[in-house]
Amino acid sequence: MNSSVISRRIVQLILIMIGVSVVVFLMLRMIPGDPAQLLLGELASPEELAALRHDLGLDRSLLVQYTIFVKNMLAGDFGISMRTGTPVINEIIPRLAATVELSVAGMVIATVFGILAGILSAVYKNTVVDYTAMLSALVGVSMPVFWLGLMLIYVFAVHFQVMPMMGRMEMGTEMHAITGLVLVDALIHMDFAVFKDGLRHLVLPAVTLSTIPMAIIARITRSAMLEVMNQDYIRTARAKGMEESVVILRHALGNAFLPIITVLGINMGLLLGGAVLTETIFSWPGLGRYVVDSLMGRDYNAVQACILIFAVLMALINLGVDVMYAFLDPRIRVDGD
Amino acid sequence: MKTFVSLLVAVMMFMPSLSMAASDTLIWGRGGDSVVLDLAQATDGESIKAGIQVFENLVKFGDNSMDVEPQLAESWEISPDGLTWTFHLRKGVKFHDGTDFTAQAVYDSFARIIDKDHPFYGYGKWKYLSLSLKYVSNIEIIDDFTVSLTTEMPYAPLINNLALWLCPILSPKAMAEYKDQIGMHPVGTGPFKFVEWVKDDHITMVRNEDYWGGAPKLKKIVLKSIPETATRLMALQSGTIDIADDLDPDAITLVKKQKDLVVKENASVNVGYIAMNTSKPYLADPRIRQAINHAVDKNILIQTLFQGLAIPAKNPFAPSIWSYNDEIEPYAYDPAKAKELLKEAGFDFGREIELWAMPVSRAYMPDPVKTAELIQAYLSAVGVKVKIVRYDWGTYLSKTSNGEHDLCMLGWLGGNADPDNFLYGLLSADTAQTPGASNVAIWKNAEFTDLVKKAQKTFDKAKRTDLYKKAQVIAHDEAPWVPIAHTKVVRCFHNRVQDVPLRPNGLNSFEMVWKK
Amino acid sequence: MGRWDMLRDLLKNKNTVLGMVIVGCILFLAVFGPVLAPYDPFLPAPLDRLQLPSREHWLGTDSLGRDILTRIIYGSRISVMIGLVAVTISLVPGTVLGLLAGYFGKTLDAVIMRVMDVLLAFPAILMAVFIAAILGPSLVNTMIAVGIVYIPHYARIVRSSVLLLKEQLFVQSVSHMGGSHGRIIFSHILPNALAPIIVYATLGMGTAVLQAAALGFLGLGAQPPQPEWGAMLSEGRQYLQLAPHVAAFPGLAILLLVLGFNVFGDGLRDVLDPTLRT
Repeated sequence: MNSSVISRRIVQLILIMIGVSVVVFLMLRMIPGDPAQLLLGELASPEELAALRHDLGLDRSLLVQYTIFVKNMLAGDFGISMRTGTPVINEIIPRLAATVELSVAGMVIATVFGILAGILSAVYKNTVVDYTAMLSALVGVSMPVFWLGLMLIYVFAVHFQVMPMMGRMEMGTEMHAITGLVLVDALIHMDFAVFKDGLRHLVLPAVTLSTIPMAIIARITRSAMLEVMNQDYIRTARAKGMEESVVILRHALGNAFLPIITVLGINMGLLLGGAVLTETIFSWPGLGRYVVDSLMGRDYNAVQACILIFAVLMALINLGVDVMYAFLDPRIRVDGD
Repeated sequence: MKTFVSLLVAVMMFMPSLSMAASDTLIWGRGGDSVVLDLAQATDGESIKAGIQVFENLVKFGDNSMDVEPQLAESWEISPDGLTWTFHLRKGVKFHDGTDFTAQAVYDSFARIIDKDHPFYGYGKWKYLSLSLKYVSNIEIIDDFTVSLTTEMPYAPLINNLALWLCPILSPKAMAEYKDQIGMHPVGTGPFKFVEWVKDDHITMVRNEDYWGGAPKLKKIVLKSIPETATRLMALQSGTIDIADDLDPDAITLVKKQKDLVVKENASVNVGYIAMNTSKPYLADPRIRQAINHAVDKNILIQTLFQGLAIPAKNPFAPSIWSYNDEIEPYAYDPAKAKELLKEAGFDFGREIELWAMPVSRAYMPDPVKTAELIQAYLSAVGVKVKIVRYDWGTYLSKTSNGEHDLCMLGWLGGNADPDNFLYGLLSADTAQTPGASNVAIWKNAEFTDLVKKAQKTFDKAKRTDLYKKAQVIAHDEAPWVPIAHTKVVRCFHNRVQDVPLRPNGLNSFEMVWKK
Repeated sequence: MGRWDMLRDLLKNKNTVLGMVIVGCILFLAVFGPVLAPYDPFLPAPLDRLQLPSREHWLGTDSLGRDILTRIIYGSRISVMIGLVAVTISLVPGTVLGLLAGYFGKTLDAVIMRVMDVLLAFPAILMAVFIAAILGPSLVNTMIAVGIVYIPHYARIVRSSVLLLKEQLFVQSVSHMGGSHGRIIFSHILPNALAPIIVYATLGMGTAVLQAAALGFLGLGAQPPQPEWGAMLSEGRQYLQLAPHVAAFPGLAILLLVLGFNVFGDGLRDVLDPTLRT
């Protein structure tokens, strides 16, 4: 990528951020429900409501509110959480780390097993292998997350007691957080007991989180592989007497990667934000839960900040996807426009 | 296949180790995280639950009752005009940061809430002033251990307010140091010291060795957020946690079946009700509202959806609160009579009325949606067509306080357990002004309101009782609500935990608790 | 390929037939439910709550004592509708936008995809909550909310297929021969880009039903006492130990519905996509 592409990317990111900030700002104020009312609950008096609305700056005009929001944001200030009174950024950072750790783990599981299952089904099309893999994928996608999560807890944590039930570390573990990612921090501290503990805590929620994207990836892989495997150059490769595994891995999978990568990119976003249920079931202190709680609690500043951070992450993921497009298929230009 | 095998091996490698909490550490699982630990800013139970381990007030409620007892004030007296309250403070008490507790701390803790010129005023958002210090016009330090509060009018419920979480005494040094972040760094005089708060995960507290009441028995309390009820239940069943709060009635039934678990119950001060919007013409006739009261079988409701963990309500507040009028005859379940009353009042049976169902369960309404469905069926049995409407909680509170509903479900956890809280706060004409009504029946009865306001200014408890009993009769006859139930407070814990207290509002300090 | 040939192909394909049978059964239930159902789906019988499956109640009763079989039968209507409508709402605009962006490229592509990026920046459930909360709680609004959320997904998938196809020789030669844009898009590109869309859409039916249930959980979905499958499933989690059937049967119903649409989708893709026929 040359510098003009990079600068174009930056312009795009800025445009997206402006769009996202306007949309989230307006939508928050369009939904009914008043932050002050929620903070005060069932026995709020009109004077208390008015006073709190004033304190929160909600009695100013939308334009003024938006200007303040943007001005503060440009200065790196995401504002104060309306619910807790602490700076939103302090609330977000530790939770973001928890979510990133969980979603990366979930995505790794989903990608590895999804692609594997997809290849197997494509290669053994219309055999028992194919049917088993695809049926499991369907079960994966229609299995309610909470059901799977609770069953895993019941079987592995309550019945066999081989896995921890919830949280990120054993209760009472004290470790100085550097990155906020338990596994990374444990490695930095060279504390392998904590590393193992963190890994064990990660397994059940990551597996739970991975099922839906795994199913989607498996099916997309299968269909993309089937499509590619019927094309002329694969037939040619076969005719030339290439070994079947080479044909499949190098040629077929290589070319099937484009749609797989697209789906991966979209689903990474889904994982980042869609981990609400998994985080709830496994008491995982992550951002997915926080952003929904914040929205339900009408914590405008918290929701705005979270969404902007999601937007940046998504932009980075999209950038990665596009770079991989170009890498895999030189015919497609990186900038995409 | 290879990957699968290696994964299996990896799983086997993880040694089975389910750690039980050490015997002097209490792991306390609950449904949500605290919001703010400066209790003068808190309105949610989870904040209060944690904060009252750290803070103390001038006075407190009894361990298993709502009677006011001394705490940081050893005694107090009221001036003959009923305006000035003088408190004599306990000596030799230290805050967790080592500073001494004196009248200055009381002054700073209170003045920051009501005095706009106080340097700490801007450090927080002070909530529920009417439940704390709204009517206090002056705070005076008489000497190091004597302080007086003056109210702008005689205000009898003040002493209950002072026992409420909203009036904690904080270390002035900490308030000056942490400024607007005091809510993250609570420093009080209570039996436990705050150590750490990992948001949405846990709060850790250790015992205050220098506690004036003697060091508590537990060394450490970990309050763990476990938002999913099913997980919390399994954590309790497997012994991973010692206490599980906020379990639903069916889960409590399961807990009761397990031998090493204990369910402690106590009468509560809450009320769950259905408010009928009296400002809607088709609900304006009291006979229609009485008919709706007659149509609902509360006993079946409580037996099933509440699993018996409640008593049916007939008044706006629970019998555990003084001045409860037990002479009132509840509206009996009588569909025939309900139909008759509706006809008599000329109710339009073609009209579909809306019943708003809360989207979240609260202690006073454990399964609101199912409750709404059951009530819908009861009403349709007497010919009233009902449509259930749900909004998310934020929208719900806003819209009900605007009076946009026909029937809506709500409740109140009990606040300071003073009848005033229920009768004035939830049913007077003053609080029925939309928008922002907390009287969501929008019921404006002058006679009722006069009685309740008169009671606020009356110090003689017998006279107040009399006024409140009269007010309850009006509320019953005019029927702005269908009072549903007073849900019991319940605490589920492992039998290795001993001496667990349970106050009617469910909020206790755990200084006496210990583990076997 | 003529219409009749296609129908014949559809009937010859094992997958489509199996899919049609499953979906057909569910549609049959949806249409004739009121005749078939043994009980009233709305009338609570609280004293019979949480009964395990028995001769009277084949699939047991829920927490208000209502027959779960009856509620599943009645709910089939709602759930099929949620799946179909929500997926259509995301599929049609998403595909059109993806085609336009991928085919014409340049500014149009940039504008469309940036708007999609803005939408994608919102976590799905949050966006759905936003839209449902703004529109107000009702079944229709739930379907709209869930539908809008997934528009960018289809747009991105279609665009990526189009980018690849556009470069392939046969399209280039068609355009050299002077075919109109419309003709190229609809007769050459769209049919070849269908495979991933169908896969994604059929899986999307299940996610739509579950997503709608998640909204219901927050107080924004189908309103009680509607026997919506997702909502039934969600409320069943409270009773996973006490009465596991309350969640299990609606869960199985959703699984069957998704399975039916997927198998059908597979078959359809095989038939529609000539390059795949073996």
